[in-house]
Amino acid sequence: MSPGGAVDVGLQLAVEQLLARCAHAIDDDRLEEWPEFFTESARYQITTAENLERGLPLTIASADSRAMLRDRISALRHANIYEAQRYRHLLSATLLERIDGATVRATSSFAVLRIMHTGESALFASGRYLDRIRLAGERGAPQFEERIVVLDSRQVDTLLAIPL
Amino acid sequence: MNAPRPPEPRTWPAEGLTRVPYWVYQDEDIYRREQELIFRGATWTFLGLEAELPAAGDWKTTFVGDMPVVLARDANGALHAFENRCAHRGALLCLKARGNSREIACVYHNWTYDLAGNLTAVAFRRGVRGKGGMPADAKPESQAPRKFRIATYHGLVFGTLSDKTPPIEEYLGSEIATRVRRVMKAPVKLLGGYSQMLPNNWKLYLDNVKDTYHASLLHLFFTTFRINRLSQDGGVIVGGDGGNHVSFSLRNTGTRGEEYEKAGVRSAHDGFRLEVPDVIDSVDEFGDGISIQILAVFPGFVLHQIMNSLAVRQVIPKGVGRTELAWTCFGYADDDAAMTARRLRQANLIGPAGFISMEDGAATGFVQRGVAGAPDRASFVEMGGREVGSDPSRVNETSVRGLWQAYRRHMGL
Repeated sequence: MSPGGAVDVGLQLAVEQLLARCAHAIDDDRLEEWPEFFTESARYQITTAENLERGLPLTIASADSRAMLRDRISALRHANIYEAQRYRHLLSATLLERIDGATVRATSSFAVLRIMHTGESALFASGRYLDRIRLAGERGAPQFEERIVVLDSRQVDTLLAIPL
Repeated sequence: MNAPRPPEPRTWPAEGLTRVPYWVYQDEDIYRREQELIFRGATWTFLGLEAELPAAGDWKTTFVGDMPVVLARDANGALHAFENRCAHRGALLCLKARGNSREIACVYHNWTYDLAGNLTAVAFRRGVRGKGGMPADAKPESQAPRKFRIATYHGLVFGTLSDKTPPIEEYLGSEIATRVRRVMKAPVKLLGGYSQMLPNNWKLYLDNVKDTYHASLLHLFFTTFRINRLSQDGGVIVGGDGGNHVSFSLRNTGTRGEEYEKAGVRSAHDGFRLEVPDVIDSVDEFGDGISIQILAVFPGFVLHQIMNSLAVRQVIPKGVGRTELAWTCFGYADDDAAMTARRLRQANLIGPAGFISMEDGAATGFVQRGVAGAPDRASFVEMGGREVGSDPSRVNETSVRGLWQAYRRHMGL
């Protein structure tokens, strides 16, 4: 969409619904559903604005298939040690750009609050989602082909177990 | 109003190195003394990789304990480190994480410095139109930022403020130095970095890194995939004055590690499998079978090789109960695309979201909270005996005792 151009309301809603459903699945601890928002060969990365700006490829977490996303969830359910915690995602409106008839690029801002089991609540992360979305994914619904999570800060408090 | 109560004198438990009193992680007074006696004392602090400052005029900001520091490469290619503090009123000289410039000017009153940290100009020193300015005999240089002695060792840059700090290779100890060179064997290529903010005293992180006993008990990932079990061949070498160590394990050696299943160790439960084991697909690039080498240098430097993941970590204290762990990952300049991809994939094992490393942030915080009401109690450190020394067994806390040996010597405790 060009600046001031018309918004395709249907497209906008479909993409924002995908983002919202994905965020709610994480926040509601339905983590096993999270990989299903991605295509089979999707790429997922969490990086920092600093690494991105410096052209450095290191990520905090990365996957290049949905199976690797399932491994992440499996590890945090069965292997990794961390204190019980939940997230609350706050998403901004999403800017869309058509790539072709089948895919769009979507840019959104997010803030994630982390709520520890002790009750301690704090801003855990803020940043941007740089998404490439296939509009007609499996079951006809939009899915992420690529999701780059760009953290505004280079600092992560304690640990990052639950995906962003 | 009453004067504040003087801090209580602290005495180390009579048992010596096998007890670590919890007040070391809690006392404000101890923290202040550490800054003076350790970080500004006769120790080498890691400042960065040479590869971070490839060009003349490159500089980065970092810390030596609480002290903000600039590391810079001058026009002749020489490295310098100096306090990031203006001689005038003490403002930070460099505000950004990194930059490139011919000189450095304080934003507050435009006093300028060269890249060796020398004060080169004071704005309006002689006043304006004959009025104002400094007395002719003023010596603002007397408050100049302090300069560090620099040591570069195979691409690593260390700094110290003390004349008494031994030369770097002697400080490391020959066996530790050998293991540094093993990883820093060729020019490196930066892959990136990030920081993990730990909710605990800086020494708890060092304790953790030096604790070869915990790795396969806390980190299920290590155990499940037999990346590091205490039943594998390996060892721990303590060097320098005790504060430096290297631990290592060899792949595919020892028993199958049935000891874990027999002992009912949590981390050996085997309901966990990866669908895509690529993340632990590694090659023996050093040709010595060592799959993991963790090396730490007192007071705050870690160099790791976890399969093909290579990184340096800086342990930066941020107050009594908070620590920044700054990770910088690298490969070698001549890595091919497949090796770079492998290192990046294995980055999933390390850092705040690392399948392995995330748990260290949790465990050290649990100690900080656990000991809140017990300043006069102590941890119990008798695995492997009561001495400090190298050992083929990692069911051992010898390198933890070595840390406290070095610590006590520096602190006079």
